[in-house]
Amino acid sequence: MSQLIFERGGQGHRGVALPQLQVPAYTLNTPLRTEKPQLPSVSELEVVRHYTECSLRVKGVDHLFYPLGSCTMKYNPKVNEEAANLEGFTAIHPLAPQEDVQGCLEVMETLEHYLNQITGMDAFCFQPAAGAHGEFSGLMTIRNYLKRHHEDQRTVVFVPDSAHGTNPASAVMAGFTVKQIPSNAQGNVDVEALRAMADETTAALMLTNPNTLGLFEKDILEITQIIHDAGGLVYYDGANLNAIMGIARPGDMGFDVVHLNLHKTFSTPHGGGGPGSGPIGVKKHLIDYLPAPRIENGQIHENCPESLGRMKMFYGNFGVMVRALTYVMILGKEGLRKTSQVAVLNARYLEHELSRRYDMAVDQPCMHEFVMTLKRQHQQLGINAMDISKGMIDRGIHPPTMYFPLIVEEALMVEPTETEPKAVLDEAVRVLNELLDLASQDPQALHACPQMTPIGRIDEVQAARHPILRWQKENG
Amino acid sequence: MSDYIASSPEELQAMLDSLGLKDLDELTDHLTPAVLLQEDGWDLPSGMSEFEALAKIKKMASHNRIYEDLYRGAGAYRHYIPSLVHALAGRSEFLTAYTPYQAEMSQGLLQSIFEYQTMICELTGMDVSNASVYDGATAAAEALLMCRDPKHRRVLVPSSVHPQILQVIRTYGEAYGMEIAVLDCPNGVLEEAVLREALSEDTACLLLQQPNYFGLIEDAQTLFAAAAEKKVKGILHINPIAAALLPSAKEVGAVIAVGEGQPLGMPLNFGGPYLGFMASVSSLMRKLPGRIVGQSTDHQGRRAYVLTLQAREQHIRREKASSSICSNQALCALRAAIYCSAMGTEGIEQVATHCISNAHYLAEQLCQKTALKLKYTGEFFHEFVTVSDVPSRVLLKHLEDHDILGGLPLNDHEILWCATEVNNKENMDHLVELIGEVAA
Amino acid sequence: MSVVKEGLLYSKSHEWVETLPDGTARIGISDYAQDSLGDIVFVDMHPAGEEVEAEGALADVESVKAVSEIYSPVAGTIKEINEELIDAPEKLNEDCYGNWICVLENVAGLEDLLSPEAYSEYLTTLE
Repeated sequence: MSQLIFERGGQGHRGVALPQLQVPAYTLNTPLRTEKPQLPSVSELEVVRHYTECSLRVKGVDHLFYPLGSCTMKYNPKVNEEAANLEGFTAIHPLAPQEDVQGCLEVMETLEHYLNQITGMDAFCFQPAAGAHGEFSGLMTIRNYLKRHHEDQRTVVFVPDSAHGTNPASAVMAGFTVKQIPSNAQGNVDVEALRAMADETTAALMLTNPNTLGLFEKDILEITQIIHDAGGLVYYDGANLNAIMGIARPGDMGFDVVHLNLHKTFSTPHGGGGPGSGPIGVKKHLIDYLPAPRIENGQIHENCPESLGRMKMFYGNFGVMVRALTYVMILGKEGLRKTSQVAVLNARYLEHELSRRYDMAVDQPCMHEFVMTLKRQHQQLGINAMDISKGMIDRGIHPPTMYFPLIVEEALMVEPTETEPKAVLDEAVRVLNELLDLASQDPQALHACPQMTPIGRIDEVQAARHPILRWQKENG
Repeated sequence: MSDYIASSPEELQAMLDSLGLKDLDELTDHLTPAVLLQEDGWDLPSGMSEFEALAKIKKMASHNRIYEDLYRGAGAYRHYIPSLVHALAGRSEFLTAYTPYQAEMSQGLLQSIFEYQTMICELTGMDVSNASVYDGATAAAEALLMCRDPKHRRVLVPSSVHPQILQVIRTYGEAYGMEIAVLDCPNGVLEEAVLREALSEDTACLLLQQPNYFGLIEDAQTLFAAAAEKKVKGILHINPIAAALLPSAKEVGAVIAVGEGQPLGMPLNFGGPYLGFMASVSSLMRKLPGRIVGQSTDHQGRRAYVLTLQAREQHIRREKASSSICSNQALCALRAAIYCSAMGTEGIEQVATHCISNAHYLAEQLCQKTALKLKYTGEFFHEFVTVSDVPSRVLLKHLEDHDILGGLPLNDHEILWCATEVNNKENMDHLVELIGEVAA
Repeated sequence: MSVVKEGLLYSKSHEWVETLPDGTARIGISDYAQDSLGDIVFVDMHPAGEEVEAEGALADVESVKAVSEIYSPVAGTIKEINEELIDAPEKLNEDCYGNWICVLENVAGLEDLLSPEAYSEYLTTLE
């Protein structure tokens, strides 16, 4: 069993030492803590061993194929890390005089210009710290715009039934009411249903394109027109931008607001769940309504009278922006387009090869990702999407996104990304076919996966019924 | 030019062949022609080598000014970061992993978050912690939402809270339909009488920052006790370094503790990525937003960790979720955990003591040897405000000319100074001497 | 095949009602409901004192990967909630007829409920 850091070391073990205090020690005249915090008591080597050992029980993109749908787990170039860790960035205080931070502003403005070109928008705000924070900020921008145009009656945000859960949650956070838009049998937005629903209460439609089934909304121009005709705005969830860079732009499709995930499309590492960066881009008519401060021409403009206010301390996750900028500079125009093309090629090839034995959720050419359904195998063999996923773990592949989108039963959502070579895709096909063989020959063996990991399947019911959320001597 | 595409042109062609396609362009032929981007429809430079890109980025970095010495805090603090923090948190296993949805292949990450949660509970005295949120200000904003109910929509906040935190909670509060009432602090801290006057039936919570924006220590215990009499919940926004010495959030009667974790091993980085931490008493456990890691067992009874209480979250509750947070600041939380482990209780206490002692030495020297005066009389931690007849910009310019970034100018005559363990006596004496030259 | 207990009244949203001699009514969930909810990990009950309408929400029931609302089969005022469920939500899976969720007073709308026979009949249409 792996030890917790609290179970290592012992009394008197000390890590890093501080220099001697050179001034008189000061004692506060206000009450102090009566009970000391019990932090680990470990020496430096013990800390290093501990976290090194922990790292050996985590798998990242650097280890293996990670076709997690909607997450764009592409290779994270090492040069990005070197760029972000330059002292010229890491040592800069966010409240230093503006003339001393021109390099940081240059990074942000250059990246803004590039993102404008990639998305067809006119301005970006980098405050949002992640995709969901971008959604919230983008919807707050829309809310602010509507309010200042005396359109307070526009309270409804449309979200497709295939959308990521953050979409409806962000819309409600921003004070809107959510109405679900049904998908049609082909997996696209039901345009007629949308037309019937759009009216003077419509604030916005949130859409990701390609959608979560990996399909490009072929009626996108009509869709955005319907919303604009009704007086609403259209919001682009950039989760799937990796499919269309240099191919099509949300700005040209009629979207008014977008958020991007720099930690998906622009190769910055996910870090086990963050930090990300979810900048929002808008068309000209919305620039004044973005979060403040606005950064322009080497200046930080705090005074933005029409702004919705501030969404986060300082200017956003700056370190992530440096990584994304490095990436865009290296790829350039041709590289970005090829990135999206090969992302689509890899997905299309993998889908094609897998469709010999697996069922696809829809029978349409996919973009950068596709959704398989294990419904048939579930009925016939009693194995489900979870079983296949756990079998993949034993065979050295990170499972796809499971049970999403919600409109597909026993869904596995696969996004290979452009950075994987053909051989890896071929191996994935071999593994997934082998798992289907195992499912029909020995389903029990599949239920027992994973076996090669430090622990097996976890009792999640127990974890949620009687939560243990911190270490204590007695529950160790 | 690099494009990070691993397949060779021949392999790409083989894949295209198997799909019956001629070239890459044909992949997107089915898209609505009207939306297809033309070659001249967008303007972006051509790609370049890693070597060239890095040179350009370095050039940009060189346009920033790195000061020899620094006395500015106001929400972003320069502390010593032990080398092992970067060495361990920079390991690519942690760096390139996703949110640990697949628990069996993420035990090391889940375990480190579980340990982080424990450390945050220890520092705050609270019962449960989440796995982190975006930053200290959004943590405060999320805390307000935890206190909201249909009958309680008013939030009390003293003006001694960081102005940017105030701005963020105003934005969030407006969205949630919560009224933010800002209470005056003429003495730099919230007075009990002012609070009592402001408490009302519809007040949901009181948010205090400890130490506050001016570096002063609020009488949190008295204030939260007064609030509790009216069933108003206490939220304490704490500096984690100060938390090692000051009474814990739990001890002073808060039900939610939040804060900015940047001092725990994160560089200044022009304001981010930082770390929002968030913990509460157990009765509010299911209202905490974001990821939470719990301990369980696997089918063989082995101790194991997994993301838990997920039914609170947006991917399950969708429009009924109280927060949309998905990605958090996991790698920053890992840095904080490594920092706390390397320093230990004693080490963080020592950092705190160094901070207070240096700050008090600096304040005392400035008051004795220059024309600067302390604005407030209250006890402070590692920041303090001075007033002087000499304009702030003149004082600060003189320091900048000597490669020192002074405190933050609050207005023409007030400066918010900060000293931490990385400022030393010799440098502080030098600073005092320089200030004396322009404000004797 | 789900168990339908005699002596109770049922709703089409799969709650049961037990009328008590003092005119109040206990509300719980049927075997069909507990089975389709899966392993219940938390029950978030509306507080005593709250008035509910027929088909109004009484509680949120969480499983590991889902949240479902429990609707009140009748109108009334929540008199008491079963606090045992807070620490032991699994009781709803183990014995759904032996563990009630709440007691309602000022009950109205009992006449709209299904008899055990009618509810069993209704269940067959769902399978």
